[in-house]
Order: sequence, then C-alpha cells, then structure tokens
Amino acid sequence: MTVLGNLALWIALLVALWGAVMGFAGGSQGRPELQLSARRAMFATTAALLVAVVSLEWALFTRDFNVEYVASYTSRNLPTFYTWSALYAGQKGSLLFWASVLAIFGTLAVVFTSARHRVYLPYVIGIVSIVVAFFVSAMLAAANPFERLPFTPVDGRGMNPQLQNPGMVFHPPMLYLGYISITIPFAFAMAALLSKRLDVEWLVAIRKWTLVSWLFLSIGILLGMWWAYVELGWGGYWAWDPVENASLLPWLTMTAFLHSVMVQEKRGMLKKWNLSLIIGSWLLSIFGTFITRSGVISSVHSFAQSGVGYFFLVFLVGSAVLSFWIYARRLPLLTAETRLESMVSREASFLFNNLLFVGIAFSVLWGTLFPILSEAVQGTKVTVGPPFFNQVNVPLGLALLALTGIGPLIAWRRASLPNLQRQFAMPVAAGLFAGLALLVAGMRQPLAVLAFSLGTFVLATVAQEFFRGISARHRQYGEGRALAAARLIGRNRRRYGGYVVHAGIVLLFAAFAGMAFKTETQATLRPGESATLRSPFGHEWTFTHLGVSQYDALNRLVTAGTVELARDGRRVGILKSEKRQHVDGLGRPTFEPSTEVGIRSDLREDVYVVMAGVVNGTEQTVYRFTLNPLVWWVWFGGYVVVLGGVIVMWPGGGPPAVRRTQAGYAVKLASQSQETRKS
Amino acid sequence: MTTITRRGFLQRSGALLAAGVTGSAIQSPAPDSLAGAGPSGRLWDPNRAGRSQAPTTERDSDPAIQVLEKRLKCTCGCGLDVYTCRTTDFTCTTSPAMHRDVLALLDQGLSEDEVVQAFVERYGVTVLMAPPKRGFNLAGYFVPSLAIVVAGAGLLVALRRWTRQAAVPASASAAGAPDAAAVAASPEELERLQHELDEFSA
Repeated sequence: MTVLGNLALWIALLVALWGAVMGFAGGSQGRPELQLSARRAMFATTAALLVAVVSLEWALFTRDFNVEYVASYTSRNLPTFYTWSALYAGQKGSLLFWASVLAIFGTLAVVFTSARHRVYLPYVIGIVSIVVAFFVSAMLAAANPFERLPFTPVDGRGMNPQLQNPGMVFHPPMLYLGYISITIPFAFAMAALLSKRLDVEWLVAIRKWTLVSWLFLSIGILLGMWWAYVELGWGGYWAWDPVENASLLPWLTMTAFLHSVMVQEKRGMLKKWNLSLIIGSWLLSIFGTFITRSGVISSVHSFAQSGVGYFFLVFLVGSAVLSFWIYARRLPLLTAETRLESMVSREASFLFNNLLFVGIAFSVLWGTLFPILSEAVQGTKVTVGPPFFNQVNVPLGLALLALTGIGPLIAWRRASLPNLQRQFAMPVAAGLFAGLALLVAGMRQPLAVLAFSLGTFVLATVAQEFFRGISARHRQYGEGRALAAARLIGRNRRRYGGYVVHAGIVLLFAAFAGMAFKTETQATLRPGESATLRSPFGHEWTFTHLGVSQYDALNRLVTAGTVELARDGRRVGILKSEKRQHVDGLGRPTFEPSTEVGIRSDLREDVYVVMAGVVNGTEQTVYRFTLNPLVWWVWFGGYVVVLGGVIVMWPGGGPPAVRRTQAGYAVKLASQSQETRKS
Repeated sequence: MTTITRRGFLQRSGALLAAGVTGSAIQSPAPDSLAGAGPSGRLWDPNRAGRSQAPTTERDSDPAIQVLEKRLKCTCGCGLDVYTCRTTDFTCTTSPAMHRDVLALLDQGLSEDEVVQAFVERYGVTVLMAPPKRGFNLAGYFVPSLAIVVAGAGLLVALRRWTRQAAVPASASAAGAPDAAAVAASPEELERLQHELDEFSA
C-alpha cells in the first residue's frame, strides 16, 4: 500500500500543477474547455489524495511497522479509536491530512458554488491547486509519510499518552478544518482581484466560506482548551503558548472581517480593508503552520523540528509578496461607493471594533515573535509568557467587550442623541448595577469587577434587542412570544445569530475572569487523612484520601489515587486521579508516566485533583487540589458561540429583500434614495 | 451520591456504545486493591507509580511562594513556570530543585525581588517568565499599545475627514459615488429600504 500511497502523492502533485495552469489560463482567456479541465483536475487531485490517506490508514491499522510513520506513532496495543487519529498525530501524516482536506474543500467549492459566482471558479481552482501542490511537494521532499525503514521493528513506539484523549481525536481536525478552509475565501478574494470583478458578488461568496472557517476554528480552539484542561494537568485551559497564539491570530482577523464585511455590504465601504483582512487571515494560517512545524519557537504543542519549516517560510514570504502585489495593482478598482456620514454611527463603531481585533492580533503576534526579535537585537532570547500577554491583552480584551455591547446599540449612518439615550439607558444601568453589587459583595479585583460589569452591559444589550424585536412582532403580527422569537431569529439569522455569539463571548469573558479567583494547595496524605481548601464562593472543601489501587488496562499500567470530596462537611462524591505507565505490546514501558486528573464540575467551580505520585512506594500520596471557579461556563459559552455561528450561517433566512440587502443592495437603494430626496 | 466526572461520563458512554456495536459487554478493568496492605502499606508495584515524591510541606503551597515561582521559568525546557511545572510534570527534577533553591534563598532573608534577581544572575534573564521592563524590552510591552493608539488617532482623523466630505452636498458625493441615477429602484424597493433602515435604527 505504501507504493500506492507514494504513487498517489506524485499523481496528486502533477494533477494539481496541471489544474493550477488550466485554472489560470482558463480564467484569463475565458476558454471553457480549459476551465473544464481545471475542474476535472481538482476532482482528480482530491481522489489521488484520498487514495494516499486510505493507504496510510491501511498501514496504520495493519501495523505495518516497516513504515517509519507507523512505527513512530502506533504500537500493537494502541486502541483502534486512536489508530485513526495517528493519521494527524505526527508531522508527515498531518501534512497529508492537510492537503487532502484542502483538496476536498476545493472540490466542495467547485460543486456548491452558485451559478452567479462561477466566473471566479477557474482562478479559485488555480489558487487551491497551487496550495495543494505546495503541501504535496513539501511531503515528497522532506516529510514523506510512506517512507520505509531498513528494518521492521517488533513493535511501534506508540502514541504519546497525552494524545490518547478524546479531545485530541477531535481537536486537531477541527483546528485544521478552520485553518485549511481559510484558503477558500482567500482563493475567492484573489480570483476577484485577478479577474477584476470586484463588485459585490465576490463578497457574498467569501463571507459564507469565512463563516465556515471561523466556525471550525472556533470549535477547534475550544476543543483544544478542553483538551489542555483535562489532559495536561496544570489546571488551566490557555497558557499563551506560541501554537495556541498561532490559532488565535487568524480567528481574530476573521472575526474582524465578519464585522467589517457588514459595512461593505450595507454601505459599499471598506473594500480595501476587507480584502486585506482576508489575505492577512490566510497568511496567518500559513504562519501558524510554520510556527507549529519549524521549531523556530519552542512550544509544547509543536511537532518535532524538521526541515519542512523552511518550505513553509519560503511559501509564506512568497505568497505574501505575490498576494499584496496583486492587491496593490487593483487598489484603484476598490474605491468606496458611499461616504461615512457620522462619527457616531454603526460604521464607525465597526471601524473601532476592527482596530481592536487587529490590535489584539498584532500584540499576540508581537509577543509570540518578540523572543526572536530580542535575540536578534540584544543577543538575549527572553521568555514571553502569560504575565506578558495578560498585561498587554487583558485591557484590550475588556475594551473589545465594551464595543461588543456598544456597536449594536448605534444606528447605521447617523445616530441621534435621543436614539442613543433610548438605546443605552437600560444596558448601562444594568452594567453599573452589576459592578456596584459585586463591590458591595466584597469583590476587590478591579479587572474582574470591570469584566463582570461589562459582561452584564453586553448581555443587557442582547436581551434588549431580542425583547424589542419580539415585542415588535407581537404587536405587528399578533404572534405569541415564543413564535415571535423563533420567527425573529429565523428571518434575521445573521443579526440575531450574531447576538447569540455575543452572549457566548460574554460567558467566556466571565469565565476567564473567574480564573482570577483560582485557589490551590498541595498535600501529602495517608489513607484516611484529609486536606481542606476554601473556595472563593465561601465553601470549605475537604479532600479525604481513600487509598491507592493498581491495575492493568489495555496499553497501560495504572496507579489510581482515590479521594472523597465533602463540601461544607457534606459528602458530594469521589474523584480518582491516575498515574499511567504506558507499555507496548510486549509490556515494555513507553514514554514517561503520565498523569490523569480527576475533575468534578458544577456551575460555580471545578474541583481539580491531580495525583503527583506516592511516597517511597507506599499509599502515602502527594496530591494537588485546585478549585477553578466558573470553568463550566467556558464550555457552555463555547456551545453558545458555536450555536450562534450555526444560526448565522444556516442557509436561507429571511425574505428576498433581506437577502438582497445582504448582497449590497442597500447601497444602491441608499444612493437612489438620496437622489430621490434631492430631486 | 457518586460524582460522575466528565471523563467518567465519556468513558462510560464510549463503553456503552462499543458494547452496543460489538453486541457484548465490555469488562471494565477491575480496580482491585492489590496495593496497600493497610494504612500506607506498600504498593504492589511501586515502579509503575512514577518517580517517588517527597512529602510536601505547608511552604510548598504558600500563596506568596506560588506567586514568586510563577515569575520564574523552569529551565528543563518545558516552557512552564517553576510552580506550574513542579505541580504538573511530576517527572521533572529541575523544577523541584529550583523550588528548593527558592526556599533556601528566602530562608537567607532575601526579599521576593532579591530572590528573582539571584535567579537572573545564575541563569540569565531568560529565567524570567516575562522580560524585565527596561531597554529594548520596553518595546515588547509598549509597541502594541502604542501602535493601537497611533492607529486609533489616525482613524479618528480619517473619520473626521470622511464625515466632512460626506457633509459636502451633491457635488462631492456625486463625484465619489457611482452614477446613482443609473441605478434603478422601484418605489416598493425604496419603501422596503426605508423599513429596513428603520429596523436597524431600532
């Protein structure tokens, strides 16, 4: 099968190059036969890469340890569930996964692009094919997953224990789907630039694909946070690691785009800015891939250092130069159709929103690269860890949270003073009340108080918008409140789905602020002994060590410490934390012993128990007990964000007039309206 | 009442699902008690429990020492601070040693800043989790904020200019906008636009 896999890679490379040439030639010359050839090449590339994936999976599932990749990431006793995920557990396999998914996305774009956007497709195929060809050539030159060993080991090395977690099965594909699918809106943007068809049509095509990327990336980031929380054992979910930062960067710029694109749709402004955001988002996704794979910046998440990083660096620089050169050549065609009428308008608030999104992205990028910069300038490689990022980004994040509430309250074009008073009175009062209540209740961390107050303000704006919309429908159509709510959302999916996303973001911010009250302790306990810890909610938690068990599982030897939990003297359950020594099929230890945490989660706080180890081979056990406030709300907030994203991107939604408005129709009508008034 | 953790729930759901697929019940690994033969009895196989741990003391959990150690980076290459590393990666021998050094320096009567300075002198500035605020490092802290402030000021200036241009009637807007007269819109469409604008304003 590895011969077939290698052959499939070579065919994919050649066909992708053919597709790129046919795509660009067909697009520029307008020749249908070349365009058809490009489409077929896209399909053929996808088929060839799927054959390569099946070949590698076959080798993984049959434990063909003569294949270096199989020997490196599987063992005879690796559970089937994780054998599938071995496909993207290592550098080489993940490159194949990336190229294959990109080809599938390219094919989906070809198949599902509506007739009015088909004019862009030859160029889209050309761009996607070039990117696919790059990934395949990187594989063939420096990271071939089908490379064979000169001997066949009896058993493989096995998968890193930390990757043997359900979160790690779903987190990387979701993150990859987000990263990879950014290529499609980028390809449409470049197609619009190359074809000089820069009317509103390209924007509609790009927005949908950007939403897809944004949603996948959001899910991927959230799953990564969950995995880090339950698996890494340090008791948090975000550590400002370079690889984590790399996933956040395109998310920030895409979120900026999803806001500013509304200004272009409704007012015909910000065309240059929107295009640069899409190009920048794609470049940041490639930058993230470079960071993960080059080893240029140390990270616990990155793949082993390899020469493939240099391929990415060259590709990144080349793509950036070429993209912005084409962009610069088309700038004269990207003039705004209308002018900003007032500094107090929704358009202006979106501009400040974009400033903050891009500003945070810049500060994260700056902090991530600062160690390299410092080494180049002052010869010292400094460490830029969480204290730095929190100091720089927390104020910016709070400002962004404030704008999340302010933006939707300001009218398009021009807001009047009575309008502002009417819109802001209730949300501002709610925010101030929340802040005062927290201060009276004894909360003294200023940033946390500010975060909760702003969160309340934003939630109040969302509630106010829903309430007014539902009431209007109730009055106008006599609908019941529930029906009015359902129809309100169903017919204005973008607007109200967006509000749901805002509510989810507030929950996330509140949960992040809750971690300021994290408390923990270490204790060494004999069976029957207890330790206590007071939570920020005033409860006294008692941890009683019950004993240690040892048993064998499929591919590991387990030592489990069991703790009985009591809150304010009342028993609430039992938690188990494990030390796992993974072994191969012959019972030989592989990797260092890993730790599995025990977590009890409720709406207020998580109890997080980590077994550090035992003392001198006895049942006397060293534990770390942590109380993490509001963590449940991180995951719930994540669900809400994803739900809002799904509502926004759900097909249909609203009568034709609304859809035309979304397609930039409002701009034309607004111009006509002005003309009519003048005459 | 037995508490079910998230992991436990997933494991049980997975086992049930697998049992449904294979049609047979999966035997869960028996959590036997081969381990101790009494309070603090010896484990059946101590080797599988990882590196032996030293009993902790109250100082190991001292909040002030936690804060101090979160300023120092473990030099084992993990990228974590000393406190997080020694309470997370229990195979690491570097962070426990650095913790002992912290305690020893505090015992000598050094203040927290002096302890940090002692570590900098020993390991270099890279031992700090965040660069000290001096020299070129100031750029690290202030360039992002400065860039945002400058961009914000630029944006304000641009906004003022754009809004002034928009305020100039007919001539300016006709020159900047596409030929509005060429755009056809029926009265119904204009009415619908007005309705939507009202909706946005609301």
